Amino acid sequence: MTEKPKFVYVTYIAAPPEKVWEALTKPDISEKYWFGYRVTADGKPGDLMTATSPAGKLSHRDPIIESDPPRRLVYGWKPLEKDKPDERPSRVTFELEPFKGQTRLTVIHDEFDEGSKIFTMISNGWPAVLSSLKTLLETGHPLDSSWKDAAQSCAVEAGA
Amino acid sequence: MSDPAKFKPKTVYVTYIAAPPEKVWQALTSSEFTRKYFWDRTIEIEPKRGGAFVLRLPDGRVNVQGKVVEYDPPRKLSVTWHVEWPEDFRKLPECLVTYEIAPAGEAVRLTMTESHFWEVPEAILSGGKTGWPAVLSGLKSLLETGKAPVIAMEPPKAMIEAIRTLR
Repeated sequence: MTEKPKFVYVTYIAAPPEKVWEALTKPDISEKYWFGYRVTADGKPGDLMTATSPAGKLSHRDPIIESDPPRRLVYGWKPLEKDKPDERPSRVTFELEPFKGQTRLTVIHDEFDEGSKIFTMISNGWPAVLSSLKTLLETGHPLDSSWKDAAQSCAVEAGA
Repeated sequence: MSDPAKFKPKTVYVTYIAAPPEKVWQALTSSEFTRKYFWDRTIEIEPKRGGAFVLRLPDGRVNVQGKVVEYDPPRKLSVTWHVEWPEDFRKLPECLVTYEIAPAGEAVRLTMTESHFWEVPEAILSGGKTGWPAVLSGLKSLLETGKAPVIAMEPPKAMIEAIRTLR
């Protein structure tokens, strides 16, 4: 297997694409489901996607590569936190398709080098974040906060 | 039945669900639930290793059948999976489907693993890669909101073509 690592995740959310788009790009919504991170990604191509950790630290400052609301969003991905491995930037693509009254959300995270540690981390992280996003949009509440610790420790173990 | 150790994981899908492990187990193993999120299928499962496992279409025909490889409520369920309908799909060698349920705070982490013992082409894997997210998204919605929106779909064309070429 010489293929480069590529993560693909599909989830169906009982909400219109516009709502899913808003949740992916607005910090006041992201902080409810995304481990408390404030993610801003509502700019145009060339603008920045930024994310701030619950402790107030800047954790992402990546270029928005494509933005076609509410269908397609592509941005770079390089965690800035000191405890994260220093690897070249990878790429995240969100595809939002209306599907029988729901949204089919596909997340593709690729452009990793072989053996990437960040790849292992994001492979554990995305299912947790996207599960909580789905719960938030369908029930009005994200997954319970104690779940974040469990999901994060799972990611840390797998990354070790 | 093939030796379970020969099966290698090919497709993994993880979802977190705000429900107790027992409820997730019940949703995986009882027709009352599968009818709502698994395209109206009913399920029959003998609660022991080596027991029979059947998924039926709404008209009673067998859709999938296999044997129970592991039955450990509410933690792990593993069954062999042989597709009986559509008829063309009978040519497919059986695979192994495993569900693992682990507590994650007040939610649970459900991991579905589809494993194969042969060099299965990507086109055939596309069936599970398309279907499982729909089924498991429906399961999660059902347990969290009481409703599972219907996500009707057909097997991918590439999969149907690949099955035609199997001997």
